[in-house]
Amino acid sequence: MSMLNIFNVSGSAVSAQSQRLNTVATNLANADTVAGPDGQSFKARQVLFQTLAMGDSGAAGVRVANVLEDQTPGRRVHDPKHPAADGDGYVTYSNVNAVEEMVNMISASRSYQNNVEVMNTAKTLLLKTLQIKQNN
Amino acid sequence: MINRLTDPLEFQSQALVLRAERQRLLASNIANADTPGYVARDMDFASALRQATGEQALPAALAHTHAGHLSVRNGAASPAGLAYAAPSQTNLDRNTVDMDRERASFADNAVKYEATLRFINGSVGTMLNAIKGQ
Repeated sequence: MSMLNIFNVSGSAVSAQSQRLNTVATNLANADTVAGPDGQSFKARQVLFQTLAMGDSGAAGVRVANVLEDQTPGRRVHDPKHPAADGDGYVTYSNVNAVEEMVNMISASRSYQNNVEVMNTAKTLLLKTLQIKQNN
Repeated sequence: MINRLTDPLEFQSQALVLRAERQRLLASNIANADTPGYVARDMDFASALRQATGEQALPAALAHTHAGHLSVRNGAASPAGLAYAAPSQTNLDRNTVDMDRERASFADNAVKYEATLRFINGSVGTMLNAIKGQ
């Protein structure tokens, strides 16, 4: 029943994509954050996918190997009245690029849908295999 | 004599196993559509089926050194070498999954899997009719 393995493969992809969606949500929520708990400005996060070999030949799932922080400097805005302004009157916001995050979100949601459809097809085929010579 | 009943079924069952195998390969490709560096893979179904049904000898086939030796079919459990799909559009992260092609192959393979299931259903029906003599 090598078809049953499809659920493992697509399941790993769905969970990886949902973690990616989670990261996008974190980044978008913190797009205007001035400072995090450590006093530093928020750094955008990106997931890194990696192929995960699943047992016998051919089957390859996905896993999130690492969550990386974007190290580019944050957006600096001149606003001397802001309580978090530095000596020169600049406030450092997070380095989240909202447009990139939206594109990332659409891509993640499409991949998620693709994998759900793969699982649905596999389920239909397996059910029909179980019904060989039963209903006709 | 019983071979005559089971031989058509044998062929279709090998085809079904290979279809399931290809379905799993395509699912792996779709799952890894966003993985950097992943190379999409596919199988040559025709030659895999020829190998499974014994029409084409495997490189490491059993040798016949005695007239009494039985010929052994390879079976679908020994898959043909997997091929790498040629990338149609290159990607910055060296991923070669072409989602349009994978989705098309996936739908195509699902339909053919169902077709094989129907052939098996038909063969079983014919066999049952022969047994019952109706």
